[in-house]
Amino acid sequence: MMESCNCFEPHWSADELLMKYQYISDFFIALAYFSIPLELIYFVKKSSVFPYRWVLVQFGAFIVLCGATHLINLWTFSMHTRTVEVVMTIAKVLTAVVSCATALMLVHIIPDLLSVKTRELFLKNKAAELDREMGLIRTQEETGRHVRMLTHEIRSTLDRHTILKTTLVELGRTLALEECALWMPTRTGLELQLSYTLHQQNPVGYTVPIHLPVINQVFGINRAVKISPNSPVARIRPVAGKYIPGEVVAVRVPLLHLSNFQINDWPELSTKRYALMVLMLPSDSARQWHVHELELVEVVADQVAVALSHAAILEESMRARDLLMEQNVALDLARREAETAICARNDFLAVMNHEMRTPMHAIIALSSLLQETELTPEQRLMVETIMKSSNLLATLINDVLDLSRLEDGSLQLDDGTFNLHALFREVVNLIKPVASVKKLLLALNLAPDLPEYAVGDEKRLMQVILNIIGNAVKFSKDGSISVTAFVAKAEYLRDVKAPEFFPVPSDTHFYMRVQVKDSGSGISPQDLPKLFTTFAQNQAKSASRNSGGSGLGLAICKRFVNLMDGHIWVESKGLGKGCIATFIVKLGIPEQLKETKFLVMPKIPSSHVCSHFSGLKVLVMDENSVSRAVTKGLLLHLGCDVATVCSSSECLQAVSQEHRVVFMDVYVPGIDGYEMAVQIHKKFAKPHERPLIVALTGHADKVTKENCTGAGMDGVILKPVSLEKMRMALSELLERGLIFEAI
Amino acid sequence: MELGLMQRRLEDYTKSLFMEGLLDAQFLQLQQLQDESNPGFVGEVVSLFFDDSEKLLNELTSAMDQQIVDFRKVDSYVHQFKGSSSSIGAQRIKNVCILFRNYIEEQNIEACLRCLQQVKQEYYHVKSKLETLFRLEQQVLAAGGSIPAIEVTSF
Repeated sequence: MMESCNCFEPHWSADELLMKYQYISDFFIALAYFSIPLELIYFVKKSSVFPYRWVLVQFGAFIVLCGATHLINLWTFSMHTRTVEVVMTIAKVLTAVVSCATALMLVHIIPDLLSVKTRELFLKNKAAELDREMGLIRTQEETGRHVRMLTHEIRSTLDRHTILKTTLVELGRTLALEECALWMPTRTGLELQLSYTLHQQNPVGYTVPIHLPVINQVFGINRAVKISPNSPVARIRPVAGKYIPGEVVAVRVPLLHLSNFQINDWPELSTKRYALMVLMLPSDSARQWHVHELELVEVVADQVAVALSHAAILEESMRARDLLMEQNVALDLARREAETAICARNDFLAVMNHEMRTPMHAIIALSSLLQETELTPEQRLMVETIMKSSNLLATLINDVLDLSRLEDGSLQLDDGTFNLHALFREVVNLIKPVASVKKLLLALNLAPDLPEYAVGDEKRLMQVILNIIGNAVKFSKDGSISVTAFVAKAEYLRDVKAPEFFPVPSDTHFYMRVQVKDSGSGISPQDLPKLFTTFAQNQAKSASRNSGGSGLGLAICKRFVNLMDGHIWVESKGLGKGCIATFIVKLGIPEQLKETKFLVMPKIPSSHVCSHFSGLKVLVMDENSVSRAVTKGLLLHLGCDVATVCSSSECLQAVSQEHRVVFMDVYVPGIDGYEMAVQIHKKFAKPHERPLIVALTGHADKVTKENCTGAGMDGVILKPVSLEKMRMALSELLERGLIFEAI
Repeated sequence: MELGLMQRRLEDYTKSLFMEGLLDAQFLQLQQLQDESNPGFVGEVVSLFFDDSEKLLNELTSAMDQQIVDFRKVDSYVHQFKGSSSSIGAQRIKNVCILFRNYIEEQNIEACLRCLQQVKQEYYHVKSKLETLFRLEQQVLAAGGSIPAIEVTSF
């Protein structure tokens, strides 16, 4: 067997040592080969991610088989049996197979493994990059937060100094600046003055001229600009020692004015003044200005501009308010002074008035007494003239006090029916004596179409005519005075100052035009406008003779004429050429002229009173059932045929031509009494078909009366109504068609 | 009771009402309007007044009871009441109404409530007095007598 086993003959003798070493090495190799897979298995088991388990198994098998081979080799050093040889062969064969398989597989695996490695590297790089960016974003966010805080701080105050100081402080803190300074333009605008700094307590008041190139550069651009640390605006602190000054940035701060805010105009275009903000990084720090820091600075500069403008606006408005308060106080004072003055004047007038009235009354009283005695006709005429003149004078005295009332419009005319022709004649008779003394010819010319009777304020009209004629007489030395009166048709006034005055006569009114022409001293053109002003007298005239007069005459006339819806004016061709005074007034046409009456104001109740109005159909409207019943009872007692309604709508329905009178309570919810009256007027267009309307009211003050007459009512009766009152009211109503006074 | 005595009692009672100021001359006017053609005039008017006033007082009370008082409504009721009371000559009621209206203008709820109370009191007072008066009158009429006219100038 030994010959066919093909085994190595061990060369024991010389190579025994070598054999021994081989033996040991093989043993260790085998050991290693067996332990490596174990280690691999152990570690792979530990790690959860290992994609190539199959490769590992293969590798493990390969290594184990190699190890086995080497181990079996240990037995081949000596004589070994065939079994060992067989085992060895099988082992070797297997090893060969597995190793080839492994070798083949590695061709596929290794590139994959390599690529895994590359990807890992790539991801690591990416992660590093993201980290960096995150860091950047965080920094920016920090900055943003700082900006917000800053602007909040800046905008939370409206005081200029606080705004600027806070800006510097916050900026310094946020950006960790060494120094921060604000240069403001001086009043002249030619220099920049150091106004605020961060660290120096008292800025020295440095100024630099504004037209330095570096400043122009900064002002010309709306971004933050890096400037040299050596420029004059940056050299605030004394340079000492081996400073490497930090970088400096400057930015402009627009100073906005109220006038800069126009609608389509952005402030950049119109603002002219800037302040300069200079920011310095700490020296020796090798820090650089980052982009986001510059952006922060620009944003802050804008915010400061806005905050400053707000502060400026606030200052303005506070100043305006103070001014207004002062003015208010002054106005109040002036008003009180004016009121005191008016009171004083009124008091004075009242006192004077009283003093003047007393002798007047004596004259009037005594003259009337004198009238009662035996007098010759001439004497009687004289006494009558005295009486009339004193009455007129008394009226004038009243009017001096009335002037103040005229001026604030509270005077009202005393309208009544009177004889127009007689009035003129009386005036002429009053003036004639004076005129004849001066040898002046006085002529009165009344147009034939001038009505004999008219409705108006007789006394005051007489006063106006008398005043004008009196003036004519006063200011004429000789010649003639002519008075003409006629009805004015629709015509334009010749006075250019009132082109709108267009007298239009109507059914109830007519306009009377009176013209007084004299050939006296005339009036110069420059004095014409002053004629009607109170207390203004023509100097030349007052010097010529004792013209007397208070200067009130024409002013009062003008006011009366205005109250009569008229117009008065004076024309003159010049000094020495006489003048023409004209006035137009509105007078009423008296209704239902009865032959026997109307010479006297019908305030005296007529003596003939109907005591039984039998069958007179009347309508009573009152919401209050009790007062309705009482009124009805009253009227029934007087013999009327009474119908009652309790609401305005019922009244409108029920009223008809047969009803002669409608009594209505004016306090009625819904349509009030006044509206009702208007409706009734509308319902009956012709005046004679319409029933007379009388208001019943609980209070009859002037306002109520005015409202009633304004609404077209014919009378007012104060509730509660007594039998007598109703009786008289009814008789007056039926006689005259209206009630004058039924209180 | 004798007619003359009854008449005198009626006269005294009526005079007392005027003296107290409960009624004024307007009431006399009403009495003047009562004649053969209109015998129950005063009674009619007075009962109208009672009905009207009851209604008004109820409305007034409920209006013043509201959370938010509608002064205009209250004013209109008081005005009505003033009107009716002055129409029949209930002087005291009329005066309270005038006072009431002043307080309404001032929007003084406290005072208004007091006035309301007062008005009610006056009303019930007048009502009972007038009812007594009518009873006396009925007695006189039933006994065949006539109601004496009161002179306006006697007080």
